[in-house]
Amino acid sequence: MDNADTIFALSSGAPPAAIAVIRISGCDALNAARTLCGALPEPRRASLRRLKRTDGSVLDDALVITFPGPITATGEDLAELHLHGGRAVVRSVEAALAALPRLRRAEPGEFTRRAFLNNRIDLNEAEGLADLLSAETEWQRRSAVQMAGGAFSKAVEQWREELLLLSAGVEALLDFSDEDDVPPDKNNKISDSCTSLHDVIQQHLAFPSVQKLRDGLRVVIAGPPNSGKSTLLNALVAKEAAIVSDIAGTTRDLIDVPVAFDGIPFVLTDTAGLRDDTDDVIEGVGIQKAESAIGDADILLWLGVEGEAPQHPNCIEIEAKDDDPDHVVKSDAALRLSAKTSAGLAELIQRLTKTAHGLLPPPDSFAINARQSALLSDVVRSLSLAAKATDLLIMAEELRQARLGLDALTGRASTEDMLDALFGRFCIGK
Amino acid sequence: MSLGAHSFDILVIGGGHAGVEAAAVAARMGANVGLVSFSRDTIGAMSCNPAIGGLGKGHLVREVDAFDGLIARAADHAAIHYRMLNASKGAAVQGPRIQADRRLFKESIHRQLAVTPNLSVIEGEAAALRFASATDQRVVGLELSDGSLIAAKAVILATGTFLGGTLFRGEERLTGGRIGENSALKLAEQIRGAGLPMARLKTGTPPRLDGRTIDWSMLEVQPSDDGDWTMSSMTERRYVPQLFCAMTRTNTQTHDIIRSGLDRSPLFGGAIQGQGPRYCPSIEDKIFRFADREGHQVFLEPEGLDSHLIYPNGISTSLPVDIQLAMVRSMSGLANVEMVVPGYAVEYDYIDPRALDRTLAVRGIEGLYCAGQINGTTGYEEAAAQGLVAGMGAACAALNKPFPAIDRSNSYIAVMVDDLILHGVTEPYRMLTARAEYRLRLRADNAATRLTPLALAASAVSPDRERHFSEKSAQKRSLRAALDAPVTADTLIQSGVDVKRDAGKMALFDWLRFPTVDLQSLLNVPRGTLVMEGETRNWSADVVAEVEQDGRYAPYLDRQAAEIRDLAANEQISLPVDFDYHSIAGLSNEMVERLDAARPDTLAAAGRVRGITPAALATILVHAKRAALRRAA
Repeated sequence: MDNADTIFALSSGAPPAAIAVIRISGCDALNAARTLCGALPEPRRASLRRLKRTDGSVLDDALVITFPGPITATGEDLAELHLHGGRAVVRSVEAALAALPRLRRAEPGEFTRRAFLNNRIDLNEAEGLADLLSAETEWQRRSAVQMAGGAFSKAVEQWREELLLLSAGVEALLDFSDEDDVPPDKNNKISDSCTSLHDVIQQHLAFPSVQKLRDGLRVVIAGPPNSGKSTLLNALVAKEAAIVSDIAGTTRDLIDVPVAFDGIPFVLTDTAGLRDDTDDVIEGVGIQKAESAIGDADILLWLGVEGEAPQHPNCIEIEAKDDDPDHVVKSDAALRLSAKTSAGLAELIQRLTKTAHGLLPPPDSFAINARQSALLSDVVRSLSLAAKATDLLIMAEELRQARLGLDALTGRASTEDMLDALFGRFCIGK
Repeated sequence: MSLGAHSFDILVIGGGHAGVEAAAVAARMGANVGLVSFSRDTIGAMSCNPAIGGLGKGHLVREVDAFDGLIARAADHAAIHYRMLNASKGAAVQGPRIQADRRLFKESIHRQLAVTPNLSVIEGEAAALRFASATDQRVVGLELSDGSLIAAKAVILATGTFLGGTLFRGEERLTGGRIGENSALKLAEQIRGAGLPMARLKTGTPPRLDGRTIDWSMLEVQPSDDGDWTMSSMTERRYVPQLFCAMTRTNTQTHDIIRSGLDRSPLFGGAIQGQGPRYCPSIEDKIFRFADREGHQVFLEPEGLDSHLIYPNGISTSLPVDIQLAMVRSMSGLANVEMVVPGYAVEYDYIDPRALDRTLAVRGIEGLYCAGQINGTTGYEEAAAQGLVAGMGAACAALNKPFPAIDRSNSYIAVMVDDLILHGVTEPYRMLTARAEYRLRLRADNAATRLTPLALAASAVSPDRERHFSEKSAQKRSLRAALDAPVTADTLIQSGVDVKRDAGKMALFDWLRFPTVDLQSLLNVPRGTLVMEGETRNWSADVVAEVEQDGRYAPYLDRQAAEIRDLAANEQISLPVDFDYHSIAGLSNEMVERLDAARPDTLAAAGRVRGITPAALATILVHAKRAALRRAA
């Protein structure tokens, strides 16, 4: 809500797409763009720039356009980064922006809100903000009807109650233990309860997010050059999405192809072959991207040397050249197949859908979206700090921060509710 | 003080803690003020527990003091027992509290009022407000019961429990605010007729005991705190001889006696409808709700140097007199105690404070303000703080000055007013540190730093206070500058400060965030060439303590800064007072009802109304802008 912060968000549709536009608005927008891309292009002129993290590592090559305020869409300084539309790219650029001081992700509707506050759009346009309110209500309705009988709301409500009790317990100790009303907290019961609540919410956070159901599970095909990655991709999607050749290093960028197997959405990503000795700058960038994609993958298909796959919780060892007599086949590859002849492909697809079932929200559970997930992450972080606090005041402050997170999900009320919990549970006062 | 002046800027009705602060601050600011009271003698009376301060409440006292108010100095003049509650916990929740000699307290208030310029005391019973006309609800004066008229631009109602007060004791019923005084029935009728939202609350008081009949030798004694801290930063030393308090406990026999009287209790018999305070329950309530507890502590507090009366803190009750006597005599040390005045409960009307704005002015009746218990609060400190707010509000309106910028991030006073006007009350409102989200920065020991600059800007401060404050500020600046010197962990360890060797190098001030580091030992660390020229090192103990605490929680204060920026941004966006929340599609009925009653004046305030979501807030903003444009067109 604060115009002193600079905000950013992906302003184009959900990736993967041909391009993705990240918009940055606020007084630090131009600085932020400069930090990522170096010298800024002339205002309102699109120019190609290489985006880098502060440590110099490359993020993407992007079109950068700046719009100094106040005659801009939001009425503030504005910058647009037109990236390659892969999810990994978008996520890394977003993460790099979030790490800059005074920059944060925009709240839903916040660009519109700023435009409105700065008189850049009229009321009719701003009515879109009101839709947010109905969307929120609609989400609650859907959540109640469809999301396993409102399992998420119920869980949040339960966490909230536990949190209020924890808070009340600390407040009771703070305000009332001096006069014998409240016994001291022996054995650190409150710290332990903070830890338990932390663990419960953390566990839910680890559940796959609803985004995956919408955007598809990320399946990354990786391995050294010429191990058959592109051929496998093409076989799986049955079209020539990737250029296939015998020249090592043919695939230099990420290639995303959305597919559906058995009704489950996947996005298959072909990557540059991993090798250390390339002199080609562009291939080098491609390898960095491949590594980053592997980090973000839900499922990794490893076509390289057996046992040398990058660390990944869902790695499937694949022998892609089972048909090649000159090739040293893997001894214990989970799957042997030939991309060329399609032998074994059906088994691979079966294996993918089976793994997917474990990664998608179970039908009787709930999935949380990115906003909910971000808020709950804050709650989890505060709870963990609260559990470690030795000063009751700090513990109370961390619990208050945690309450703010849940308040943002449910509407603000927590101080009053916390006091209700306090007076309901303790015999307090003279 | 002079009688017979017939025209004032401001009239204050009621000489309790709210009334005297309201009258005094308005007069300090330069308004011409009349203080109307039944009798001159009852001005500054302590009607219940003779104690000032406590957890949260001590903060309010120090904040009123920061505006040069009366209560802290009167408390120091009357203090027969000092105690820092929560002394073992962080400074932000420490609560200074004193036991007061009633007579000395009242004398101090009378003395302070007498030297306040522009202030007259008018003895008389307020009978009716005078409005400009039947259709123009603007306050123009006050009619006394003897028929005389006094003109005024504003009237502050600080009338405590006078509105329809009923006393309950067992089967007995009495009409009146305090024992022995009349409720101002005529004025009450007029207020009732004004269409303000009203409801009923209940409060209670314990029996008073004769200290000469208590066997003190059987009891654990609690002496006054060592040390020399005082309630007011203007008080240089403790004036009055210190007495001790003692502690006894209720026991199972006490509880049996109480249970045997419950059928004759007005509380349990249904005679009392009003909601009582949950944090200050009657003893019968405690026994009933927490039946598993075998005993409750009772503090025996002396009421004064030359009084035998003892206030047994913790057994507020409205049980019949015979039960009360048996109850107290069942406790250790009290076997032969004589009860001088039995306890009783009071049920009274209050005005739903959601009808007020942030200066405690009644919306829709220009020139009318309400402060203290009439707004549903309890406690001297809460009353005094509201008196200060209403007095400043009325004076600012009369003198055409901006109201001081108090908000939730700089004062408990504003936390209370904000809570009252946005949420209303469901039980008598009492300050608690848990109510302040920025508690870490709102300490009792930095009230002057936080608020005296605002008080100075509002011209609410005497020259003495101004001088005192500027001396302290200069000391604080000099100490803070001395602490900018960077030192390494090694240097600190060599000087005997307990820090980790690998903690690096930072400014002395930044080392304070480690609980093992205290400021006194940092001052002994060699600072090389950075000792400032002309540095006196004559920092007073309270300045050292305040700066130490500033450093202790500095990382958390920084983290809260973003939250406070949010607050400030949304405080800039005003909402019209007649805003039609019903017309906003998408707001739930509950939201509409709450917004309608509280009428938040800014977007930030709307966000604090219970159950308002960020999306609801965005929608309110859009409609507010639309309404503003329509008005402009």
